[in-house]
Amino acid sequence: MTIEIPKEKWTGSVCEVTFGATADEGGTRSRTLTVGGETAMPFLHFEGVTPNPPALALEIRDRKPDDWSPLLHQAWGEAMEDPGEWAKAAETAGADMIYLALSLTTADGEPNTPENARAVVRKVLQASGLPLAVAGPGQAEVDNQLLVPVAEEAEGERLLLGICEDKNYRTIVAAALAHNHLVQSKTPMDVNLSKQLVILIHDMGLPLERIIMDPTTGALGYGFEYGYSVMERLRLAAFQGDSMTQQPMLVNPGFETWKVKESKVGEGVPENWGDWDRRAQEWEAITATTLIHSGADILVLRHPESLHRVRTVVDALVNPAATA
Amino acid sequence: MALSGLEIYKLLPQTNCKDCNYPTCLAFAMKLAAKQAALKDCPHVSEEAKIKLEAASAPPIALVTIQGGEGEVQVGNETVLFRHEKTFFHRPGLFWRLRDNDDIDELKRKAAEADAYTVDYVGIDLHLDGFAVEAASSDPAAFSAAVSAISSVSKKPLILLAPTADLAKAGLEATNGARPLLYAADQDNWETMADVAKQAGTPLAVRADTLEALADLTQKLKQAGVEELVLDPEVSGYLDSLERLTTLRRLALKKTFRPLGYPIITFPGTNGEIDETLLAAEHIAKYGGLIVLEEFNPASLYALLVLRQNIYTNPQKPIQVQPGVYEINSPDKDSPLMVTTNFSITYFSVANEIEGSGRPGWLLVTDSEGMSVLTAWAAGKFDAERVAKDAKAFNVEEKVSHHKVIIPGHVAVISGELEEEMPGWEIMVGPREAVDITSYLKAMWPN
Ligand code: B12
Ligand code: SF4
Repeated sequence: MTIEIPKEKWTGSVCEVTFGATADEGGTRSRTLTVGGETAMPFLHFEGVTPNPPALALEIRDRKPDDWSPLLHQAWGEAMEDPGEWAKAAETAGADMIYLALSLTTADGEPNTPENARAVVRKVLQASGLPLAVAGPGQAEVDNQLLVPVAEEAEGERLLLGICEDKNYRTIVAAALAHNHLVQSKTPMDVNLSKQLVILIHDMGLPLERIIMDPTTGALGYGFEYGYSVMERLRLAAFQGDSMTQQPMLVNPGFETWKVKESKVGEGVPENWGDWDRRAQEWEAITATTLIHSGADILVLRHPESLHRVRTVVDALVNPAATA
Repeated sequence: MALSGLEIYKLLPQTNCKDCNYPTCLAFAMKLAAKQAALKDCPHVSEEAKIKLEAASAPPIALVTIQGGEGEVQVGNETVLFRHEKTFFHRPGLFWRLRDNDDIDELKRKAAEADAYTVDYVGIDLHLDGFAVEAASSDPAAFSAAVSAISSVSKKPLILLAPTADLAKAGLEATNGARPLLYAADQDNWETMADVAKQAGTPLAVRADTLEALADLTQKLKQAGVEELVLDPEVSGYLDSLERLTTLRRLALKKTFRPLGYPIITFPGTNGEIDETLLAAEHIAKYGGLIVLEEFNPASLYALLVLRQNIYTNPQKPIQVQPGVYEINSPDKDSPLMVTTNFSITYFSVANEIEGSGRPGWLLVTDSEGMSVLTAWAAGKFDAERVAKDAKAFNVEEKVSHHKVIIPGHVAVISGELEEEMPGWEIMVGPREAVDITSYLKAMWPN
């Protein structure tokens, strides 16, 4: 008996997007990063291609964060004291990209300033040659205040600027247009909202090759399944030819998983939750790898060990020869 | 694709001979359609009609049941490739592998510890499903002793990893009437294994390293009379797993390919180079049916059990709790009153924290249609009006003598409006995350 693999014949594909610019391209990055381009559901090499492996980014901050799990402080140690050192450590840990999130306030509690944001971005660009993403603290007004100068400061570097949401995308997109950057378009777990925001951003004149969709994920156990399914639906829509769903997808399991109790708290939790460090790392690594199966093109992580583990999975999935 | 009574009738001999004990072929057809009769009761159906009828009535992926002394695991009978298309129905069983060449007391200790393992996730009791006992010694007596030892401390379902009929029989005898899964029939031993499974009435796993060989074997076994089968396609890594398990799911659902329409068993930890937890996670998301783990580690198991719960939640309806006022740690009139939504995950994160704080408190759970705090707020299901309305509906006035209510920090913005909606009440803004409730209460609710 011969058995044939039932194959899907898709008409659409995911758009390819490239971050970062080397000296030849007008930037200072030591390499660029391309994601997207898939023509089939994740890693089904028998019916389509995955020309670029999912990329793994590590999140760093402009200053040592006050509210991160002590386990992350342990993992990064001294490097957290300085964004340049942190970026170097992230590169050494094997990241494909640095995801720099700016804080709302400085270490002494004062509001963050455009000057500080510029200086930090400059420092990170000098410390590491990896492509860079820069996100604001997540409050529309402050984001605008900080990201516009950052976009100018890093002119030519093809940064990924985040985070465009429906209420604040205009200013960020305008800055990306003016200084040749890309944007992260984030919507709360909804296929139509994802599509709509991509359309709005595209309508402002930003080419699709410069838009990344962030459909939002939840942490394992905290709404994870909603994001997982929205991603599968977006990917299926992309292959069916819906052109406004064909952007590569970025999700941030690092941010989501490290804020839940399982990762943050080591004492006074049920004994069967097991070893704290291991649990926290499982939370991030399992959330991330499962999202790879639902179509993630970029995963933003926090712990170097999770990055290492997820990297092994990615390598095995993209490269048929590497698996036994 | 179930057939109607009339469609079935057209496939029957239509002679009304009554050998089936029904007065007419039509009556029999109606009973078949209602699944109250079995096709084999009509001795006269043609082979062709039989194939059509069976194809139409059986689920594309067979349902397999493994029973322990208490409790059972059912896997298979899935109907979609992606959970959003409907839902995934039968959560994959998670089993821990134990070996009969381990010391008997050690085996008992391990099984008892894993048997007792349970975690509460949003009110759902999560646990390991059972044990896969391996006849690693190849000695029937040792295997039987190991199975007895494990059965003496755990009533959970078992998988007997016994490569020969003798070992399988020895294991079966030690299970006291439970219905384990026998593992496994292969090219060489399938006939004897089929005999054992048939005699004991247990499901049987089938192992082969190509799908063709698997399909050949399942057909032979079916002919030999074993109906409940489980497939082991012998996957070893992330990629071959994904490819083969996807292929199997598609063949069953898209082609109704019966020879491979069975649930799948995997052993994610047997390829030593691979991260067992992450491969098990892949098997949970992508089409595993029974997952046998090498390692029992509470931290990893908890994460996998939650993943399984998430992937197999019905996407059409969020898990929710009953709105109302909940009493935690026997509150009285001076205890704090807090308010939250009726999304299960939200309710339990908050209720567990209050309980853990050791302080008594009242928790007003509003009717937010099963949404989290911010989702409900964004959807207009957890605004000042709703909170005020439910506070009234559930009589919070009568429960506390103070007029203070603590709202989640994430919806601090509603405090102004809520003051207007609840005249005379002081609106206190709590912390954003439930983890910080204890320290908040200590600081803000002294006594
Ligand atoms: C999963 C999810 C969904 C799911 C629904 C899940 C559900 N059943 O609620 C889906 C996909 C359906 C969804 C839909 C929408 N969502 Co939504 N969703 C999320 C997501 C990713 C996670 C929410 C979650 O489950 N959190 C876990 C629970 C446990 O958290 P929680 O309820 O807040 O409880 C915590 C705390 O609040 C605290 N707490 C709770 N109660 C109390 C009480 C007291 C007294 C105290 C002290 C503390 C406390 O303790 C808990 C643990 O720390 C969040 C983003 C995120 N990552 O947080 C967006 C988010 C909540 N969604 C958002 C939006 C806008 C929507 C939509 C309106 C989008 C749209 N326009 O369609 C819809 C609305 C739904 C509708 N119209 O039907 C926005 C809200 C934006 C805002 N700030 O207003 C968010 C924040 C995403 C974003 N960044 O834009 N969403
Ligand atoms: S035994 Fe078969 S042929 Fe005879 S009445 Fe019943 S259904 Fe009809």
